[in-house]
Amino acid sequence: MRLTVDHVTRYHYDRPVRSVVQSHRLQPSAFAGQKVTDWEVTVSGGTRGASFRDGAGDMVQGWTVAGPVSEVTVRVQGTVETVDLTGVLRGHKETVAPECYMLATTPTRADTALDALARQADGGDPLALAHSLSALVADAIAYMPGVTHAHTTAAEALALGEGVCQDHAHALIAVARVRGLPGRYVSGYLFSDADGQAHEAAHAWAELYLAGLGWVGFDPANRCCPDDRYIRLGSGLDAQDAAPIRGIARGGGMEEMDVTVAILQASQ
Amino acid sequence: MSQFNEMYQGTKVRPPYARLEDWVAAMPQELRSLKQAEAEALFRRIGITFAVYGEGGDPDRLIPFDMFPRVFAAAEWAKLEKGIKQRARALNAFLVDVYGRGEIIRAGRIPARLVYQNEAYEKAVTGFVPPKGVYSHIVGIDIVRTGPDEFFVLEDNCRTPSGVSYMLESREIMMRMFPSLFRENRIEPVDGYSEKLRRTLASVAPKKCQGEPTVVILTPGHFNSAYYEHSLLADLMGVELVEGQDLFVDGEYAYMRTTEGPRRVDVIYRRLDDAYLDPLCFRPDSMLGIPGLMDVYRSGGVSICSAPGAGVADDKAVYCFVPEMVRFYLGEEPILNNVPTWQCGKPDDLKYVLDKLPELVVKEVHGSGGYGMLVGPKSSRDEVERFRAKIVEDPGNYIAQPTLALSSVPTFVEEGVAPRHVDLRPYCLVGERIELVPGGLTRVALTEGSLVVNSSQGGGVKDTWVLAE
Repeated sequence: MRLTVDHVTRYHYDRPVRSVVQSHRLQPSAFAGQKVTDWEVTVSGGTRGASFRDGAGDMVQGWTVAGPVSEVTVRVQGTVETVDLTGVLRGHKETVAPECYMLATTPTRADTALDALARQADGGDPLALAHSLSALVADAIAYMPGVTHAHTTAAEALALGEGVCQDHAHALIAVARVRGLPGRYVSGYLFSDADGQAHEAAHAWAELYLAGLGWVGFDPANRCCPDDRYIRLGSGLDAQDAAPIRGIARGGGMEEMDVTVAILQASQ
Repeated sequence: MSQFNEMYQGTKVRPPYARLEDWVAAMPQELRSLKQAEAEALFRRIGITFAVYGEGGDPDRLIPFDMFPRVFAAAEWAKLEKGIKQRARALNAFLVDVYGRGEIIRAGRIPARLVYQNEAYEKAVTGFVPPKGVYSHIVGIDIVRTGPDEFFVLEDNCRTPSGVSYMLESREIMMRMFPSLFRENRIEPVDGYSEKLRRTLASVAPKKCQGEPTVVILTPGHFNSAYYEHSLLADLMGVELVEGQDLFVDGEYAYMRTTEGPRRVDVIYRRLDDAYLDPLCFRPDSMLGIPGLMDVYRSGGVSICSAPGAGVADDKAVYCFVPEMVRFYLGEEPILNNVPTWQCGKPDDLKYVLDKLPELVVKEVHGSGGYGMLVGPKSSRDEVERFRAKIVEDPGNYIAQPTLALSSVPTFVEEGVAPRHVDLRPYCLVGERIELVPGGLTRVALTEGSLVVNSSQGGGVKDTWVLAE
């Protein structure tokens, strides 16, 4: 598919701030499933830092905005050609050892309920096991916006029985680790509806490391593996570690954030 | 347990200490008390203090100084120096490897889990080789002695080892109080340390740096127990001492605020933990640190010493594998040995440790400063049993070692002069070159029979002499 992205994040401060510093993982990953046709990230009033590719294969770009400033707009626009690799992250260059993703963080730590859920999964080989884990998470946590928040842990979401893609991804990472599979959080975009206003167009899913296949994506929220409707941006141990935009404002007022994402299928 | 007294062999004085025998004999009790008071006054005047955690009271407590020097002969030091430099090289090779291809893990010489699931392993710097391939620029290696020719490494400190100010100040004070000692003995100087440190730091400036690199020391602030040391080193090197709020990132570089406007910074000798370097990378809740610093670091705009992630090499579980690192990376046999260590995370080791607990020293894997440890032979049965419960609850968090018969050095005490146990922390500098000033920090356990020398546990310090050939 040929997908166009228009992703705008507006930060508004009730009093002007002295400075804003951001770190972006906003470049589509370089792998066989996607090819960037054009891509541009702009930050209003921003100075670009040097970019680099990190050990996980993500392009990282720093930005600084000198204040006083009361509004900062980050705009991502571009077009990506995608192909369906049934979730397999083929041709992705990275140096981080998969074992690093066996480390639990606060949102991905398995409690006894997650541990019990993980042990219900069956599957003779790692791939079947991964599918089984993903289905169990999808069954245990119903899609329901507004119930959980940015800092909800996988254990809390499972107890609630409801959540959004972030909760699904955290839960899948937690149960995979219980079963000895390294898991990580992936942030990206999802095209689904004809009008481009898919629920959770700014999307997240999980990748599990399977012997013989390498990293394979699983999206419990949509009960599938990422295909050509997905654009992959970056990964991390959890949502915070994989955040496409990390930022901090110093010396000012309260921040309000407003995000719009439109993913459309481009005409050929 | 036979204990090695570094001054005596039987009743004979060992050669390095020959002149000190006369010195002590010729010092009447009154003069000694006078000198001790003078030394204390000097330490207090220069303001060198060390906060003792957990004991309450005065955070600016003076660390006790013992005037009786600890002496190494030239030949003894030559061997130590070789061993220390070898170890510092191996530790750095290990760090470059585990953030790169991980050859030592692929070769099965160290378990992947110990490295990649280590809290101190920084995923954020994988694939990055710091300038000159150095992660740990100041390696503090804690060494104990059990005999004339027997030295063991207790632990490595690859992050930000403290205490070098005591090496420098102890010498300064001894020279001021006993100038004749320095005429009668040919003692290698240690005052070249600050210039060597400055050169080491400048040698790892990033490629993008043009001209003479600007070096700064980054301190957590005056409430830190080693603040005196941070300011002393900044003074001696002639570089700025800064706190997080004095630095900021703009575009590709890091800058410090000065009265003449922003000045680009090339090398940051940081004396705080990774977690407080950059809230964007490590701890979003931290108000300390410099937002965006890690992006500048990773893209080659600034050097950070020690490099973020260096801590994975000095973890107490990884320690067991340092001799293996020496063989693997350098193809040499280790000159300095490890203390035999049992890892409680291994079932067989755990069984042995629980059996022999009253005879062993047990430490937390991530602990430091002498806290959370058990010295079996010096503990009550109750203390041993309480510690046993802690080990059983989380075995992977503990390692155990035999109680070593640490060497002792004569020390001034109430009753006169008596042997007290000592250890040694030399500071090896690693940059373009590897350098070691002849000396280090000798810590002394001032309580009779005590084996815990940590300054945070009330230990004292001595001047450490290395004699010239």
